[in-house]
Amino acid sequence: MKSDNTLMKVFLGLYLVVFFGYLLGPLIIMSITGFNSPGFPRAAPWECLTFEWFDVLANDKRIINGLQNSFMVGAGTVILSVIMGMAGALVLTQVWPKLRATYYTIVIAPILIPGVVLGISTLVFWDRINVMLGFSGESFLHNGILLTILGQSTFIASYCMLVFVARLQRFDVGLTEAALDLGATNVQAFRKILLPFLKPAIGSSAVLAFLASFENYNTTTFTFGKYPTLTIELAQKVRYGINPSISVLAFIIVVLTIVGALSHEIYQRRKQLALANGAPVGAVTGGFQLPKFLRGNPASVVLLLVALGGFSTIWFANVYSPETCKAEVREIKRTLQQQRIEEIRRQKIEREQQKLLQGPDIFGPKNRPGDAPQSPGKGAFGSVFDPQNLDKAGPESNNEPAAKNPGAGAFGSVFDTQNLKKQSESGN
Amino acid sequence: MSQGVGVNLQDVWIRFGDFVAVREANVDIEGGSFFSFLGPSGCGKTTILRAVSGFLEPSDGKILIGGNDMAGIGPNKRPTALIFQNLALFPLMKVWENITFSLEVQGVGAADRRKRADELLDMIALAGQGDKLPSELSGGQKQRVAIARALCASPDVLLLDEPLSALDLKLRQHMRTELRQIQQRVGITFIYITHDQGEALTMSDNVAVMRHGIIDQIADGQSIYDDPATPFVASFVGENNVFRGKVKSIENGMAIISTNRTGDLHARVGTSARETMKVGDKAMIFIRPEALSIAETNSASNHRIKALVTNEEFEGQAYNVFLEGGEGKEIKMSLVNQGKIRQSSMGKDMFLEYDPEQSIVLPEGELANE
Repeated sequence: MKSDNTLMKVFLGLYLVVFFGYLLGPLIIMSITGFNSPGFPRAAPWECLTFEWFDVLANDKRIINGLQNSFMVGAGTVILSVIMGMAGALVLTQVWPKLRATYYTIVIAPILIPGVVLGISTLVFWDRINVMLGFSGESFLHNGILLTILGQSTFIASYCMLVFVARLQRFDVGLTEAALDLGATNVQAFRKILLPFLKPAIGSSAVLAFLASFENYNTTTFTFGKYPTLTIELAQKVRYGINPSISVLAFIIVVLTIVGALSHEIYQRRKQLALANGAPVGAVTGGFQLPKFLRGNPASVVLLLVALGGFSTIWFANVYSPETCKAEVREIKRTLQQQRIEEIRRQKIEREQQKLLQGPDIFGPKNRPGDAPQSPGKGAFGSVFDPQNLDKAGPESNNEPAAKNPGAGAFGSVFDTQNLKKQSESGN
Repeated sequence: MSQGVGVNLQDVWIRFGDFVAVREANVDIEGGSFFSFLGPSGCGKTTILRAVSGFLEPSDGKILIGGNDMAGIGPNKRPTALIFQNLALFPLMKVWENITFSLEVQGVGAADRRKRADELLDMIALAGQGDKLPSELSGGQKQRVAIARALCASPDVLLLDEPLSALDLKLRQHMRTELRQIQQRVGITFIYITHDQGEALTMSDNVAVMRHGIIDQIADGQSIYDDPATPFVASFVGENNVFRGKVKSIENGMAIISTNRTGDLHARVGTSARETMKVGDKAMIFIRPEALSIAETNSASNHRIKALVTNEEFEGQAYNVFLEGGEGKEIKMSLVNQGKIRQSSMGKDMFLEYDPEQSIVLPEGELANE
């Protein structure tokens, strides 16, 4: 029995590792790449710790602009979706019971419809409206921001509605009746009783709506017009090759999410604890206790943290500089390359010497039609992925691509035009 | 105090589709009185209350409050205040805000409201608790806050929908007295809904007993208990031993019924049946457990029943004795505890005696627990 148990535990542990690795692994690796110096985001050959990609990100006008647009669209979507979602949920509670299931299906449908379809239909529908109203192509209906908000809200409002429905299920209709009975008008009953009750749902649906809007791509891609959002910008960037500043952006978003989630959780725990003990929220402290002289004095805590941070930064800046590290890495790469070039040269010379000894070979590999079998890995890309390609490009163009061109990344000089030339040369 | 505002229901019918919730209700509630609707759950008593408070309109008939027809007047315009079964205190408002909600919606300033709240909190003995949330109060305190909130609206009629059902027994008994005292102090009409006969009988000036949307009897508590109008009322209010049979003879309001299993029994004809009961009709005799006693002479008579003791229970103020009459007829007898140690009579045959004047004969009809 006992060994069974241990086996189970081992399996469970293994499963958890795999599970969380699958969930969080990409995020962790992506975050790491944001601090590595190579121009293409990668974590594996760790070169130098650097923060330069933060700087690159901050100076990337398109990303910043996309971020601004995302926030604008997000704000608009939050307002529209929360209002529509609340209205939809309220109607659900009021609608004739026999119609309820049908109504629910209809308003929930946008979640099930692919975002692409929503995007296209939004574009077409509002374009028609625009034409019908006789507006110009530059009208507010057509410039992207409103269209994106409308398009996203079609399905985000349904998410919001689900949040409101869940909250409304716990609402006691008796409270509204009590308010009416005490002389309140319907508007007063809504404003003073139902709205305060829905406040938590408004908060969470707003967060949900914002996040859904922020990360939306497939609907937005049809509607963004002149206002590309962050996701659109990122997608467009990927097409032309990316650098680790994207990882840095991802890292910032991950950190913000974690901090937000943790602080919310801590707040909730403290509140629950406080309520369980019948104490006001402020009276409860978490498990962590500060030393006595720091307790009750947040200014001193901040001061201490700033001082520590300052000292460690100065110390770190003295012992470590990304520039020297990068120079060192470059140097190592250069010597490595030099060695390989030497190697190839030596091999070449040896081969030529052998050829001289054997005499000219008419059926040499270069003239034979069945060339492919000799290098089966070439395929459609020829020998693009041949590691030797890197080195071949080197001596002929007489420069060190790694050193001079840090943006080349994992693909090396695959997309280098000279490569193609070289290719045709070796083909002949 | 009879200067309060009266409530009249005139031929009120309330239907939901094919279902008739209230059937031809005619009730006159005197101003300033404490009136109860008593009945099992689902009998339509809450529906009547909702109609009076304005949450639903009667399908037919009229509801008058203070002589004014209430048709088309919404709940927020009626001079009524309702205390809900679950109290419906606003969970996000403090106690004092709850109490003065009716003033808030009229636009009364916070300082004035606070003053009024403190007065009412004094009245319900909760002074100084105004800043708590309802969730921080005990059941009885919530109860009193709900009453204060309703009274703050200065209603002419206070409607109470089983407000005590969620409380434990001790508190319920305490609140009964308190509710009655409050009613006498403020002098407004109380309409009280309950399925608990104890509540209805102790607090009310008048009680209406309902069954399936029909009002069986409207009378004061004593009359309902002693002179029920229908077999339903007789079996629903208090306990009763029921004997079925046929009327053998009637004389001066007293009837002799020949029962199948217990022989001939002698009892008073109920007031409601005095005019209509004839010899040969099917009838029921109702004998209360406390009306039975152990006979001193062991001879058969038409107000004596022979039975075998099968079980005994001690209940504090009384002994409940369960007996088996002729052919397995179950009989319950309740003997007042007079402080003497009682000898068990389990398994013994004995003769029970009752006062025919205290026992009622009614035409056969539906019972409460069938």
